[in-house]
Amino acid sequence: MIFPHRPTRRELLLGSGALFAWAYAPRVPLAEGRDPRFLVVVLRGALDGLATVAPVGDPDWERLRGSSALTLVGPTPALPLDSFFALNPAMPNLHRLYKAGQATIIHAVATPYRERSHFDGQDVLESGLIRPGFVGSGWLNRALFGLPAAGRVNPKQAFAVGPIAPLVARGPAPILVWTPSRLPPASNDTMSRLLDLYRHTDPALARVLEERSALSVIAQTSGMNEASMKGPKTTGVPGAALSAYFAESASAAAKFMARPDGPRVGALAFDGWDTHANEGAATGRLAVLLAALDGAINAIEADLGEAWHESVIAVVTEFGRTAHINGTEGTDHGTATVALLIGGALKGGRLISDWPGLSEANLYEGRDLKPTTDLRSVLKGILKDHLLADERFLTKDVFPGSQGVRPLAGLVA
Amino acid sequence: MAHDSHAQNVVALHRFGLAPKPGLLASISDMRSALLAEIDHPSAGQIKNDALLSSGEAARAAFDFRQHRKAARLTARFQDDASKRPTNGNPSSSSAPQMAQQDAAPKLDAGAAVPQQIYLEEAKARLDSALVADVGFVERLVWFWSNHFCVSADKSGVRPLCGAYEREAIRPYVRGKFVDMLLAVESHPAMLLYLDNARSIGPNSFAGSRRNKGLNENLAREILELHTLGVRTGYSQDDVINFAKVITGWSIVPPMQSTERGGEFVFNPRLHEPGSQRIIGRDYEDRGFEQGRAVMVALARSPATANHIARKLACHFVADDPPRSLIYRLARRFIDTEGDLKEVSKSLITAPEAWDAAPTKLRRPSEWLVGALRVSGIKPPDVRPTLQAQNLLGEPLWRAPAPNGFSDDSAAWMDGLVQRLDIANQIARRVGDTVDPEAVAQNTFSAFLSKETKDALARAENRSQALALLFMAPEFQRR
Repeated sequence: MIFPHRPTRRELLLGSGALFAWAYAPRVPLAEGRDPRFLVVVLRGALDGLATVAPVGDPDWERLRGSSALTLVGPTPALPLDSFFALNPAMPNLHRLYKAGQATIIHAVATPYRERSHFDGQDVLESGLIRPGFVGSGWLNRALFGLPAAGRVNPKQAFAVGPIAPLVARGPAPILVWTPSRLPPASNDTMSRLLDLYRHTDPALARVLEERSALSVIAQTSGMNEASMKGPKTTGVPGAALSAYFAESASAAAKFMARPDGPRVGALAFDGWDTHANEGAATGRLAVLLAALDGAINAIEADLGEAWHESVIAVVTEFGRTAHINGTEGTDHGTATVALLIGGALKGGRLISDWPGLSEANLYEGRDLKPTTDLRSVLKGILKDHLLADERFLTKDVFPGSQGVRPLAGLVA
Repeated sequence: MAHDSHAQNVVALHRFGLAPKPGLLASISDMRSALLAEIDHPSAGQIKNDALLSSGEAARAAFDFRQHRKAARLTARFQDDASKRPTNGNPSSSSAPQMAQQDAAPKLDAGAAVPQQIYLEEAKARLDSALVADVGFVERLVWFWSNHFCVSADKSGVRPLCGAYEREAIRPYVRGKFVDMLLAVESHPAMLLYLDNARSIGPNSFAGSRRNKGLNENLAREILELHTLGVRTGYSQDDVINFAKVITGWSIVPPMQSTERGGEFVFNPRLHEPGSQRIIGRDYEDRGFEQGRAVMVALARSPATANHIARKLACHFVADDPPRSLIYRLARRFIDTEGDLKEVSKSLITAPEAWDAAPTKLRRPSEWLVGALRVSGIKPPDVRPTLQAQNLLGEPLWRAPAPNGFSDDSAAWMDGLVQRLDIANQIARRVGDTVDPEAVAQNTFSAFLSKETKDALARAENRSQALALLFMAPEFQRR
């Protein structure tokens, strides 16, 4: 690792398996002996909600996606959720949890953002504001100030995993950041974007990059994945390294939050979801990413231990992707997508959607899944019913400008 | 060229300086004046840090450290021998655990190795100096001259000295006379150790006549071939040998001999070859230290040296194959000013050829790395990750593989492109979404980014990826 930050005592303790006493134990504990946890997982790059939770019962589905459409038949059949929707086959853990009533899927959901820029979309998703722009705080951090006071412990502290805390967790409340020992593997996505840039601007650099990346493909296909994780690895989908990174990050978050004196809200972010070309929903790039996410969910469940039953994990992304498959077997920036809620505290096993349909007339701007649920209503519902946040505070300070967006009721058990 | 276009200003800043810190580019209306002002500024390129050791102090500290470690090892061995005796009757418990203990003692000391500590402190001071530099032209000159007169930390005894060497023999002279830098360099303990002159003994000297040791030609040859005249400029093997004889006695006070002056330069007449020497057609009578000084002064005045330095400067700053007119212009200035490096540097930054050339040179790894940190506004508290990155990119700090230093040829650095991508990713992830890549691009290149690069940044899936792409863009790789 080239840019490790200096290990803090906390990390060393976590690494050695012995955890620590927090100086200001953040706790949102509460009446009736409840001690809820809330973890937000941000998927940056725009998750294709339709390829994650496929509307296999929609008559237009296979027409839009052609041979890329997930279906209930074939070598990698999707996992049925109900008579209409099926889950990507790379996510058996999520499927199990859904069947066990510990996962809820919200479909055709979107933030208030209606343009298609990643940076702006991520700003809106994480800041909780209605417009993009550079701001210093995220909705999760601000939400800490609207939680009921709880004795002498200080609840106003957020927790984050990653080289840098995601915006959603940054803000006025102090934040503890834990950095995984391994770095996120370099994706072939950045490499292919760079190669494309060089091809159009600097053929000499393009040639060198092509030659070198060809070498690393050879290294990966000859079973040198582990070695190439440490050295310069750059191409191919590094599935093992990616899964390891997701799992380590998720596991760390869960272990911290499982502690009786640990943090109660936290966030982590996973990159790489911008699947413009060769999306590979069932067996390719997206399948690898979703499998890594599914592994992360499994790690969270395992490492939360008993606290799993008091936990909600929300998996969110800045926007969805086009309903049509594009000319390069991928999808472009779209609008509505899915949000995944996972955790033992949920009244789960449900797919919540006011399904807009996929006929050309029903697509948003003739291209995207139309948003029918405001993501803020889902998040407000969790914050209100799970963390017992004050509803007026949620509307005024956490999601300003959300007066018309009612918290979705009945999400938690 | 009274008025430079804005685009030329941007190219010149990257060519002659370090990639700009936020706000710098917008604050400069006339790049030529800014570059000239920096070279006229007396504190530019100087490191003021009382905590850093002089080369003599560093050498003595390293010597003391080695002595202590040696003593500790002897003590440990003695204690170990003593503790073995009673367990002799029980062989099963003896060897393995005690082996482990023996290994552990020196390792514990090695963790606090003084030479490495000094090296790291000096590396940190150097990095900070580059990060706080304004335009960075003088810092780039320091790097250029430090590489021209390179030493290597991997040579025995040099590691604790390389930082002090750069501060003592390079930095004070980048705006002075070439001959003064040459004399400071060739009489510096780091160079005398690196190129073996500290142990070179005149065959007919007092020491040489008593011992079966003798002349070492290494430093004399490299002064002629690399530091001054340049290879194949008309000197012969005899010239090398005679020059080596002249500089016998340019040595170091042995640290065990003096706690005050150990490790410092000394002219030791007992090692010095007596007599007059003929070098490149000129006789130098034996006046002790002054004999060597006279040769250096003559070498610094040679037109071959002017040409050699002019070519290297042009290759480093402007192009792998620079215009002949530029080399001629710089060499002319060098000769006319008797090697006044401030004037030669000014000639470089005002030469039309240096402004008109297309940005084709690949930034050297150190330049690229510091550039990425500067434009992102990062000041790493720990220098080690940056050093590791430089190692990975093939330009380990103060550790050139050979006395000719790191290559100035772009082709030599092309292969490291994939490693650069890895490091770009790591730096970008550290910054995450806390900076706006478009603002960084604007601060770094003003409006002068290709449409393709702008599009690639705008389409990146997150800000951190955009930043990595900016670091890797041709505009950031080349200058």
